[in-house]
Amino acid sequence: MKKTVQRDLFPGALEMMILRTLRQKPSHGYALVQLIKRTSHDLLQIEEGSLYPALQRLLKEELVKAEWGVSSTNRRVRIYRLTAAGAKHLEREVSSFERMLEGITRVLAPGES
Amino acid sequence: MSWLGRLFSRRRLYKDLSEEIQEHLEEKIEELAAGGMSRKEATAAARRAFGNVTLTEEDSRNVWRWPSVEELLADVRYGVRALRRNPMFTAVAMLTIAIGIGANTAVFSVVNSVLLKPLNYPKAEELVALHQIAPGAPGLADFENGLLISPSMYFTYSEHNQTFQSLGVWTTDISNVTGLEEPEQVRAVVVSDGVLQALGVAPRLGRWLMAADQAPRGPQRVMLSYGYWQRRFGGDRGVVGRNITVDSQSTEIVGVMPKGFRFVDTDFDLVEPVQFDRGKLILAGFGFNGIARSRPGVTLAEANADIKRMLPIWMDSWSNGPGTDPHAYEKWKITPMIRPLKQQVIGNVSEVLWVVMGTLGLVMLIACANVTNLLLVRVEARQQELAVRTALGAGWGRIVCGLQVESVMLGLMGGVLGVAVANGGVHLLVAMGPANLPRLSEISLDWRTLEFTVLLSLLSGSLFGLIPALKYAGPKASLALQSAGRSISVSQERHRARSILVVVQVAMALVLLVSAGLMIRTFLALRTVDPGFADARHLQLMRVGIPDSLIHETQRVMRTQNEILDKLAAIPGVQSAAFASEMPMEGFDSDWDTIFVEGKTYRKGEMPPLHFYKHVSPGFPAAAGARIISGRDFRWDDVYGLRPVVMVSENLAREAWGTAENAIGKRLTEDPGLPWREVIGVIQDVPERGVQEKAPAIVYWPPLVENLFGRGPAQPTRVVTFVARSERAGTESLLREMRQAVWSVSSNLPLASVRTMQEVYDKSMARSSFTLVMLGIAGAMALVLGLIGIYGVISYTVSQRQREIGIRLALGAQGGDVLQMVLKQGAKMTLVGVVIGIGAALALTRLMTNLLFGVTAHDPMTFAAVAALLILIALLACYIPARRAMLVDPIVALRYE
Repeated sequence: MKKTVQRDLFPGALEMMILRTLRQKPSHGYALVQLIKRTSHDLLQIEEGSLYPALQRLLKEELVKAEWGVSSTNRRVRIYRLTAAGAKHLEREVSSFERMLEGITRVLAPGES
Repeated sequence: MSWLGRLFSRRRLYKDLSEEIQEHLEEKIEELAAGGMSRKEATAAARRAFGNVTLTEEDSRNVWRWPSVEELLADVRYGVRALRRNPMFTAVAMLTIAIGIGANTAVFSVVNSVLLKPLNYPKAEELVALHQIAPGAPGLADFENGLLISPSMYFTYSEHNQTFQSLGVWTTDISNVTGLEEPEQVRAVVVSDGVLQALGVAPRLGRWLMAADQAPRGPQRVMLSYGYWQRRFGGDRGVVGRNITVDSQSTEIVGVMPKGFRFVDTDFDLVEPVQFDRGKLILAGFGFNGIARSRPGVTLAEANADIKRMLPIWMDSWSNGPGTDPHAYEKWKITPMIRPLKQQVIGNVSEVLWVVMGTLGLVMLIACANVTNLLLVRVEARQQELAVRTALGAGWGRIVCGLQVESVMLGLMGGVLGVAVANGGVHLLVAMGPANLPRLSEISLDWRTLEFTVLLSLLSGSLFGLIPALKYAGPKASLALQSAGRSISVSQERHRARSILVVVQVAMALVLLVSAGLMIRTFLALRTVDPGFADARHLQLMRVGIPDSLIHETQRVMRTQNEILDKLAAIPGVQSAAFASEMPMEGFDSDWDTIFVEGKTYRKGEMPPLHFYKHVSPGFPAAAGARIISGRDFRWDDVYGLRPVVMVSENLAREAWGTAENAIGKRLTEDPGLPWREVIGVIQDVPERGVQEKAPAIVYWPPLVENLFGRGPAQPTRVVTFVARSERAGTESLLREMRQAVWSVSSNLPLASVRTMQEVYDKSMARSSFTLVMLGIAGAMALVLGLIGIYGVISYTVSQRQREIGIRLALGAQGGDVLQMVLKQGAKMTLVGVVIGIGAALALTRLMTNLLFGVTAHDPMTFAAVAALLILIALLACYIPARRAMLVDPIVALRYE
């Protein structure tokens, strides 16, 4: 259902992935969905619709900016692009995520490290 | 982007968003189509993958705004449209709520002003009334005011206390002001030093009365109330220092109290100082109210202990004259029962107000139940609309919220109307309220009341909106789409909510009607009590006082009163006239004293019982209409001859001598050192303090008695109530002639308390009649609302079951069977409601025990009668829709299928 991604992931995960994807290459909504799907080797199925509220949140916080452009398939699309603030935010998020992941890993596999 | 900029660019943002989503879908569809799907399949698949478009757009938009408020605004807009579409429903629901809220707001404003708001004095919580009881003093124990304070007690208390900042005593009096235009009787409060200091309200002009002003032979001084100052002196600021004539003595005005200052709960014109002659004081003379301001942090218990500590000091410091034992008062068991001044002011009215508040609260609940029923029907009719909204992507919470907003709006609009209703209601309440309703002048709609109204509106709005919202906005609402348009017979389950509401309504209506019924019985019982006077409507009263300074000589006072009486009796249409120190139920402070019966032995130091006494002129029993049980009335030669004669009430005669006949010729006295007085007549019992109270034992003295209470030669009663029996009582012409009669005897005599005995009687019944009227109104409202509820539900079911009834009729059911079936349904609900209501009433009516008279709180007659009435009326309400059901034409009913 509509909140699958947010329910299965932790809050902010979708945003992080969007930011990460955008750092690689500015793109529009549909392309973002495809990119995330592909990069995750279809492990993450996001409902396409849930992308848009997330994008709006990022826009509001000025972590990304958007402008109308023309896509490679020659369609009028809104292309999102990372801002400086967005890049910084991503870095912080990623490092905090990594710390968390490390912590979780240690707990799940005690004694191994 | 600034916050403001965002607000303005929002429309573009939203447009971008929908366009973007549309493009997204297009792109997806194209891709799928390119993969070999048909366009139609591709569209469906793309939509499935995307999820709920509307919801996504909404969620995305929500990022930009303050979602809850904006959703609320949208719901409000939607609600207004919905309510406007159905004006009949809106009007009925709003009126129902408005009446409920209005009535509750009105009563709350009274409760708030009378019971909840602090008294209008600085730091009012420190003010206490020095109430004390004396359970050991026979005749005093049932005395509403307890044991008042004697002047000697006042001196002891004020000089030896350790817990009060200031303390004083006060009483009320009537004074004559002459020399300012017409002679006038004015209301005075007589205060000792310490009273004004305790109340702590600074004078508007001049100064307070002080200890120096109460010297018995010093210069006379007085303060004015604001009202009197405005009325008599036009608010002249130069009034301080001027002299006026009060009780024929030149008296200096030393100050004016500010506007709105009330003395405890007394309106007054003048404040006069007490004039205690300290050297001559004795222990007795319990005639003053005590008031004090306690020191900060002192509890009532500590203050009580302080007074208790001072009682022996008081008995040691004073005596009742040579040969008496000051410690005889120990037998009285005088016990301080200090209470907050507010409690003293409110008195016994709080019970009435809470009962009224409670009943109107019930009415409000019934009104809510009715509106809930209306809403249920309406929501049912709107199922399709709700289903469509759900299908279009509205969340469940959103729909519940929307319905709630609608009903809360209804509640609030009802509340606004309700304030208008309340405004009228308060005027009505004040006009109708018990004449002795304390703090009457303070009653108004204030902020606290409005807060109450808003709260009540919100609460009731969400209450009656909740049930329909929860019931019909559930996830299964989508089912309604399928069946909509086809009238299926409604399942039992869907009626349950409405039936329960009706049952609750019937139960609550029963409780209210039983309370009203009990009050009616009370009222009837009170009316059967012999009040000790007859035909009160034709009994004109008028109070005349002859000040000592105007006529000093006692015999002349007597002759003047006699002369007035003769003049009154000579007025055309006056059948008889008499006077008494007070009429029953007039509410002047009663006089009590010890009475010794000849032949009875009293142990040394033992106090005989205290008895109520009054003075009556010859002809009084005849004029008032009080029966003489045995013996005879006073005669004028008894009075002028100073014969030692007395009359007593029947219960006193029985108590002392067994029967009324036995009492004749027996003797009693007010003091063993004084001559015996012979009982010449026995008068019927008179409930002096109102018909709901037991008639006290009364001693009737002639107006002039030799050496009464050892006060020397004959003491006349200077202030008396004249009574004239006439068909013309209460007419302006009679009053004019009576005034002229009095003034023809002495032009300086002021009159007061001009009224008929009926008014006095009604006033003494005011508490009961007020409660009766309020409960009556509440009961009637409950009955009507309950009926509407039953009628509504039954006729709705009938209209829903039309098809079923049609089938039944087509299959051969008789009209009577259908009628019976519908009536049975109504009867079932009513009966269940009645049973529950009886249970609730048994528990609740106990709360009003103190308001009842001559009937118990569980009076089976009232319960049975009310239950029967309710069932009967409920069946009547069912009958109309039942008849309609009977007349259903099977063909017509079935054709629509």
